[in-house]
Amino acid sequence: MATAVKGVEKAVERRHHEIPPVDDEEQAAGRASRPRGKRRLGPGKAIPFGYLIGPLLLLGVWFWGSAAGWIDPRVLTAPWTVATTAWDLWESGRLGPDLLVSARRFAFGLAFGVGAGLVLALVSGLSRWGEAIVDGPVQIKRSIPNLALLPLLLLWFGIDERMKIITIALGVLIPIYLHTHNGLRSIDGRYAELAETLRLGPAAFIGRVVLPGALPGFFLGLRFAVTASWLSLVVVEQVNATSGIGYMMLLAGTYGQTDVIIVGLVLYGLLGLGSDAIVRIAQRRVLSWRRTLED
Amino acid sequence: MSLIRAAKPQGTGARVGDAARASGAVVLTDVVKRYGRGPGAVTALDGVSLRVEPGSFTCLLGASGCGKSTLLSLVAGLDDLTAGSIDDVERPVAMMFQEPALFPWLTVAGNVELALRVRGVGRAERRQRAAELLDTVRLEGFAHKRPHELSGGMRQRVALARALAQDASVLLMDEPFGALDAMTRDILHDELERIWRERELTVLFVTHNVREAVRLGDQVVLLSSRPGRVLNVYDVAMDRPRRIDSAPVANLAAEITDALRAEVSRHAG
Repeated sequence: MATAVKGVEKAVERRHHEIPPVDDEEQAAGRASRPRGKRRLGPGKAIPFGYLIGPLLLLGVWFWGSAAGWIDPRVLTAPWTVATTAWDLWESGRLGPDLLVSARRFAFGLAFGVGAGLVLALVSGLSRWGEAIVDGPVQIKRSIPNLALLPLLLLWFGIDERMKIITIALGVLIPIYLHTHNGLRSIDGRYAELAETLRLGPAAFIGRVVLPGALPGFFLGLRFAVTASWLSLVVVEQVNATSGIGYMMLLAGTYGQTDVIIVGLVLYGLLGLGSDAIVRIAQRRVLSWRRTLED
Repeated sequence: MSLIRAAKPQGTGARVGDAARASGAVVLTDVVKRYGRGPGAVTALDGVSLRVEPGSFTCLLGASGCGKSTLLSLVAGLDDLTAGSIDDVERPVAMMFQEPALFPWLTVAGNVELALRVRGVGRAERRQRAAELLDTVRLEGFAHKRPHELSGGMRQRVALARALAQDASVLLMDEPFGALDAMTRDILHDELERIWRERELTVLFVTHNVREAVRLGDQVVLLSSRPGRVLNVYDVAMDRPRRIDSAPVANLAAEITDALRAEVSRHAG
């Protein structure tokens, strides 16, 4: 042991001798780079408006490709053409009403879907009987794409707004149910014990323990749900509609107006990104009690 | 001078019948708790009899798996007995765990107020009582913090304040200071002792820290492992407040540790 220690000491000594004298400049550089050496395993501090960087990069590539002439405008319209087309559509009063109709369908579909998904998740999450009855059908619905259900929904509900909202709500319900149910069941069992020792009643237990505890899951579900709502909207509006952005795109397709199609796609993209950002902001506010890698 | 008297394990339920019916007493008679059925059944507690006087401080001590925590949930009425009886407990009792002590999504005040809300205390009074209780555990000014912003010791103070908010005469504590450093634990012992005396609580305190048990308890109950039985009851007749590092505490702790060690090695061998 003693010889081993001596050996280490010698090695340290030797290394010490090997270090050549450094000038001030180098020393300063070493000091400056020291914080970089202090590595943290988490993702680090949040970048301000970081979520915009990826989309802007994508936009940049599109812009640059079109400007340099690498992208054939017949395949993909240049971004400035898309912008002027959008402006023309807006000016002529064609875009505004369609956008409003689409937004309304999105909002109603999302609201009903979230409500239904939440209720089903609570019923199924809090009672074994509820789970036995609810969970199976939801899983079955989950494996059936909305597109396949559409003919049936058309027969049942006709072609009016009701049918569109129901279709969207059906798409929204699934992720809300799955993630809320999962979040609820992943609540630490000891919190339930704690609630029992505090003699919480069922209402207080749901309100103070279950709902807040399931919120992380719910928000994850909500992010999927928002996307699902836009996706269902596209399907609904392109299959049978006489208004909305999807209908506008469908019409443009038959006339070969690539720029209008792209306007629609960009709108879907922007609305999707915007609504996701809203959900994430809400999530950060509401879940401020958590300490995760997110912070 | 006999500071320390090792009492015999309390025997049959015969002597329990004449128990005084004062509030805050806990009387266990031949308590048996079995989990499961058939050959796979596990006997957690096997004939535990114990008397806890109102206003006294009882520490339950034993190796892991001796059913200490099971005993507490039985007293709390959270679990059903297989056989035997638990009498005189004025329920609901207040309870305090090691982890998770608090709901992370509620503020400090929210956690304390939850116990009051359950008892139907109005909003304004709730706020005032919570502030008073946080005062009692010396956490004034922390009402609006979230649990993750507090140290472990402070979290346990909040948990204690919430337990007090239940206004129960019996306080059950399941290794409440197990995760704390020695210094913090020492300070919380003083606080707990002060509050226990001020409020004349009956405390059942589970721990596996022998010195802690001797520091705090009027009696220290040594339980055997698998199944849990009462091996010995030590009456701790020392003046309070005691110091955890004082000689009498250390001596009795050493004696109990020897008994505990013998019990643990009996199972290992």
